[in-house]
Amino acid sequence: MHIVIIGNGISGITAARFLRKRSEHQITVISAETDHFFSRTALMYIYMGHMRYQDTKPYEDHFWEKNRITLKKAYVKSVDFNNKSLQLDNGTLAYDKLILAVGSSPNKFGWPGQDLKGVGGLYSYQDLERMEHYSKDLKHAVIVGGGLIGIEMAEMFHSRHIPVTFLVREASYWDAVLPPEESQMINRHILENGIDLRLSTELKEILPNENGEARAAVTNKGETVDCQFVGLTAGVHPNIGFLKDTALEVQKGIIVNEYLETNIKDVYAIGDCAQASKPAPGRRPIEAIWYTGRMMGETVAHNITNNKVAYKPETWFNSAKFFDIEYQVYGNMRATLIEGHETIYWEHPDGKKSIRVNYNKATGAIEGFNLMGVRYRHEVCKKWVETQTPIEEVLANLGLANFDPEFFEQYEEFVVEAYNKQTGKQLVLTQKRALNAVSKFLSKLVKTN
Amino acid sequence: MSQVYESLSLANHSREIDAVQKVGLALGGIGVLLLFVAWGGIGLSSPALMLSTSIGLMTVGTLVYAWRSYMTVPEGIKNNGVWFDSLSNKGVLGWLFAIIITGFYVLLYFYPSLLGQGSDGAANTGIVALFDPLSRLLNGKAASQWFVYGTLYTVAILLLGFKFILKYRHNKYQLWRTISVMFFQLAFAFLIPEFLESMNSDQPYFQKDIKNMWPLNFYFYQDWNVNGMLGGGSLGLFMLFWGLAMTFIVSPILTFYYGKRWYCSWVCGCGGLAETAGDPYRHLSDKSVKAWKLERWLIHSILLLVTVVTIAIIYAYLKGDPGHKIWMTPMIFVIIVVVLSALVAAILLKNKTEVITSLGNKAFTGLLVALGGIAVLSVVAILTSGYDVFFIPTHQLKHWYGFLVGSVFSGVIGVGFYPLLGSRVWCRFGCPMAALLGLQQKFFSRFRITTNGGQCISCGNCSTYCEMGIDVRHYAQRGQNIVRASCVGCGICAAVCPRGVLRLENGSVDMDKRTTDLKAIHIGEEGVKLM
Ligand SMILES: Cc1cc2nc3c(=O)[nH]c(=O)nc-3n(C[C@H](O)[C@H](O)[C@H](O)COP(=O)(O)OP(=O)(O)OC[C@H]3O[C@@H](n4cnc5c(N)ncnc54)[C@H](O)[C@@H]3O)c2cc1C
Ligand code: SF4
Ligand code: SF4
Repeated sequence: MHIVIIGNGISGITAARFLRKRSEHQITVISAETDHFFSRTALMYIYMGHMRYQDTKPYEDHFWEKNRITLKKAYVKSVDFNNKSLQLDNGTLAYDKLILAVGSSPNKFGWPGQDLKGVGGLYSYQDLERMEHYSKDLKHAVIVGGGLIGIEMAEMFHSRHIPVTFLVREASYWDAVLPPEESQMINRHILENGIDLRLSTELKEILPNENGEARAAVTNKGETVDCQFVGLTAGVHPNIGFLKDTALEVQKGIIVNEYLETNIKDVYAIGDCAQASKPAPGRRPIEAIWYTGRMMGETVAHNITNNKVAYKPETWFNSAKFFDIEYQVYGNMRATLIEGHETIYWEHPDGKKSIRVNYNKATGAIEGFNLMGVRYRHEVCKKWVETQTPIEEVLANLGLANFDPEFFEQYEEFVVEAYNKQTGKQLVLTQKRALNAVSKFLSKLVKTN
Repeated sequence: MSQVYESLSLANHSREIDAVQKVGLALGGIGVLLLFVAWGGIGLSSPALMLSTSIGLMTVGTLVYAWRSYMTVPEGIKNNGVWFDSLSNKGVLGWLFAIIITGFYVLLYFYPSLLGQGSDGAANTGIVALFDPLSRLLNGKAASQWFVYGTLYTVAILLLGFKFILKYRHNKYQLWRTISVMFFQLAFAFLIPEFLESMNSDQPYFQKDIKNMWPLNFYFYQDWNVNGMLGGGSLGLFMLFWGLAMTFIVSPILTFYYGKRWYCSWVCGCGGLAETAGDPYRHLSDKSVKAWKLERWLIHSILLLVTVVTIAIIYAYLKGDPGHKIWMTPMIFVIIVVVLSALVAAILLKNKTEVITSLGNKAFTGLLVALGGIAVLSVVAILTSGYDVFFIPTHQLKHWYGFLVGSVFSGVIGVGFYPLLGSRVWCRFGCPMAALLGLQQKFFSRFRITTNGGQCISCGNCSTYCEMGIDVRHYAQRGQNIVRASCVGCGICAAVCPRGVLRLENGSVDMDKRTTDLKAIHIGEEGVKLM
């Protein structure tokens, strides 16, 4: 059987790897972007000089041949689902099963000037090359969109001492996801790094110079910011252009059921481009992040190799880094507290670290964790959330979750203190950071599950 | 908001190093230049003044430069532009720097007279003479090329250690471990041995660095050192027993609890230099599987070699000691060697599958053959009452080991090639001590680097900045803990990880299972059996 995967990103490659682990099928991975799989999440580090492109490739080049995974550099122009064949820019290719792992592209909202030279998002390797090209003699950059990629782009330019104006539509950075305290922490940190952060400000249009290049950005407040580069980072959308007007059911993304099957037999979709027809409770239909792509890749490989499993992403987790502040989240944490939840928030006096623990007021069960500048252990938080552990048990043992390096100060007692202050209780922290206790805790839970 | 920005942007706008940093660099540069001037024989009329000016300028220069570079920006990882800078990306400056340090090592080891080392009682000249006053102050004698080297080495660790501390000031693990290597270098490797030397100057010479141990100092069992210790009064006997205890008791215990890092990145002088002076080059280590293969062959061969050389040396020493200054006879020694070889072989056979998976079939067979060879040849030697266990004259073995491993590898390549091969070439490919501690770390230690569930984004920062060339990401992205013989526990992978994925830790509860499970939580453990 010939399995063809379009897209060599994390989802497509994970699918290929697990297909190979589980079967002897012929596997071909097609991509128009790069010859080999690289880590998209590390694009910023190439620009900043932390790594070279080759350092972002998670597998050495000999890996693919050794595992008999055929890599093909080509652009798929269209898919003939009836004849199970792909129309490539350099030929055709037949498949028995097709996995669409085509990822996404930066959004453009019809701004005047959005297609000028020196305007673009940051998603692909080619986007990085464009940024690099325009960075030469760049005096000022404007970034549009207050999300994760926007702030990465700001850090990138900042690393090269290129002044940045950062237009954020919302009243505070990423406040659709971060609660106010965390969001404001990042506002402060952005300013501390000398970025010209303009909140509640939108792009109205981009003005060209005589060569068709960006010359200035105009905001909805009528300000004109001179610049030679405009970064568009207001979200992404699935790359489904080449699949439109076919029998494949698409909306924003490619519609899949819980087994990641599309409406066409033998065709699957995973990663950024997949849109769940029935997302799990509390989850969005499209979750364009690294981890979900990886999990879907693994799941689809099982489904194709006769082990039918539903895609069940379980407890939400994610992480990011805003300049120097790391962020981790576990569980159901929202920008505005969910009805019936209670929150405990502790912030370090330096204003760069915080711990937030949410729990259910009625049942007392833990709901999740938001960490800034502090690292928590994924498995411990996950087990607590999934077993609906009572908040006081979690707080008394909070040290189990601490994943900061040795010698780092532990802040769990302050969280307990905050809880006591809020509730008038006398809870005491009994468990500090300790690997042995974690090992015992995790193995115990696995058994009682 | 725009106003905040204006004031800050001025500082940010400077693409090059700013004026203050330039002043720092210039002062340090003049300090270094003064050494060259003295080498040329100028300014030696008042060497004390010249030397203190030189070291003073280097100190002030480094402090100014480091402070300005790191204290004016928020704390955090400072790897911007590492791969763009000619000095740190194997560019022209890197090559130049490598050639200069390599040249220095070649002079130091093979042509000390060119540095000004006086021979046959002649007074020192040049750069060695510059250090005479300091040497007299510390140990009462004129300087030697080794004193010059030791001083510069210590100054480098202290100054660049300070820079390192500022660079990683947000990270307490880095802070303490750097203070530790600075302290051990200054006190245990430099000052205390010099003081002890001056107090025991009437006694024969033996090495007095109590943090140094066999097999790193392969000369520990050489006749001059053993005789020195035996004839060196209570201090000599202490050093003899301490040296034995370090290798056979202290080190195994500490390595069991904490992994080899307690030595390699907290105590050792080679490690100390690599972590401080070598820090800007850590990303140059080769991460390929090929390099890993080479590493395993080379370092374990050298461990084997140093064992063989040491057996030969001790045997020859005992043979040449008919007066029985010590209780051990060649016969007892050979019995011990045979028993130990058999023991190691037994351990290898018992853990056959594990050893083969991590070292390979050829290495496994090779090791057994080598152990058998050592045992058989030792017995043959005692039966034929020969002087040389391995039929090669012992002094030649000693000489070639000292030349190839002790000088060329650890010094010329190990440090001289920092800007080309990374900072831990010696520690990774050559050091027999690291090999020994590594074996223990891999098979019998509580240490591991834990991976934080599914949080890895495969970015590659950890692997890139691992000075030992470990592909940390390989493990992290599949949720597996990292237990590698070569890991020196520097903690930089954990520091540079942008997603908080790695943690160095010690634990007894699941010591045997440090690497076995893949704890990846890609998809629910209930739904699918992970492999
Ligand atoms: C700068 C940046 C930083 C990020 N950081 C994080 C992070 O920290 N954490 C996180 O969770 N997520 C992060 N993300 C999101 C994450 O990288 C994506 O969710 C993930 O890479 C998507 O993987 P994928 O396999 O679904 O698609 P992709 O990686 O986009 O792969 C799709 C591939 O298919 C190719 N392709 C598409 N159409 C065709 C065609 N017709 N013919 C041939 N080839 C085609 C594309 O060129 C592309 O190479 C980041 C994204 C970016 C851009
Ligand atoms: S694995 Fe991490 S701790 Fe070990 S040597 Fe490499 S960077 Fe240092
Ligand atoms: S462990 Fe951290 S540094 Fe290493 S690849 Fe994963 S996310 Fe990147």
